[in-house]
Amino acid sequence: MATTEEILAGLAEILNEVADVAPDDVSVEKSFTDDLDVDSLSMVEVAMAAEEKFGVKIPDEELPNLKTVGDAVSYIEKNPS
Amino acid sequence: MPITASPCPSGTRVAGFGHYQPSTVVTNADLVAQGVDTNDEWIQSRVGIAERRFATDETLLDMAEAAASKALANAGIAAGEIDLVILATCTNEQQVPGGSASLASRLGIKSPGAYDLNAACAGFVYGLASASNAVLAGQARNVLVVGAEKLSDYTDIFDRGTGIIFADGAGAAVVTASDTPGIGPVVWGSDGENAAAIITEPESRTLRQEGQTVYRWATGTMGGVALKACEQAGVKPSELGAFVPHQANLRIIELIAKKLGAENAVIARDIVTSGNTSSASIPLAMSKMLERGEIASGAPVLLVGFGAGLTYAGQVILAP
Repeated sequence: MATTEEILAGLAEILNEVADVAPDDVSVEKSFTDDLDVDSLSMVEVAMAAEEKFGVKIPDEELPNLKTVGDAVSYIEKNPS
Repeated sequence: MPITASPCPSGTRVAGFGHYQPSTVVTNADLVAQGVDTNDEWIQSRVGIAERRFATDETLLDMAEAAASKALANAGIAAGEIDLVILATCTNEQQVPGGSASLASRLGIKSPGAYDLNAACAGFVYGLASASNAVLAGQARNVLVVGAEKLSDYTDIFDRGTGIIFADGAGAAVVTASDTPGIGPVVWGSDGENAAAIITEPESRTLRQEGQTVYRWATGTMGGVALKACEQAGVKPSELGAFVPHQANLRIIELIAKKLGAENAVIARDIVTSGNTSSASIPLAMSKMLERGEIASGAPVLLVGFGAGLTYAGQVILAP
């Protein structure tokens, strides 16, 4: 089971890979759409990569609820496979 | 008592491609000028489209006929030699009759087998596979396959999921017998559980799609389909001369291409100037690439169609 720090670092790696987000820009209060310029299709890519990396399921219906990086970290922590 | 089997050839090949694009160009700026809440930079970077064509003067069959004529000419096969016509489309004006028999008539093809095929954006590859199968089974000698769409009739340009994407066009190919296989086994499949992801509304037939569901399905599954189609044809991805996926969205194309890893293949990106023309997109892209001399004759080319149904089909062919 990954720690909060590990999840955050993992998401930063994914965001960099998927949406060219600089790792330094990734912190829990950042909004995917407003701060990190991650659009709805990129969110699907982020979700798919996170599913693989953390062994969780993140269905499309859940994506509107993941507004910030912190929301995503909490979701991954609360929904281990 | 047994029924007589037909004699069968050893293989099939695509003898030629042709295409037709309507003349009315619609740029991203044109859509903005009509009041669509978007901008050129956003569309180009998120979807990959700079401009697309709308058939303002042409009917679906006009476009199909034009593409088919070119395909026949490029194949060096006369209309009189065609004995089966398959029209892949999901935008025929009316349900009945289908367009294939009328198309044959317009082309001066005398009484061929004729049927329409609706597998949406996978339609052309399903059509090509069906054509190849008919020839291999000794049931047809020369088959005309056309992918034609007039999506602009059913597109609401103000709809977020579809408005800037869909466009019009037609592509065609002629399939004939060959001494050695020039068309590989088809890898086809579907996901009916997500049928509601791409629909037309009941009365208006206006197209709608759930972008995220389709994106996840296409990027998650089509890489595997692409690899399997290569494997079944006995062709390594590195041996492909070209990769022509359905031109749905440039990001989907890039992601599937990445999974395929065909480092020596030219990748079709016709969506940039053609938009998404559903069943026309693959033959349209292929025909244009051949015209520009981007694909060597005889080079293996991977075609992968995928879309509404949800349904998909992938197949390796040798370029004519």
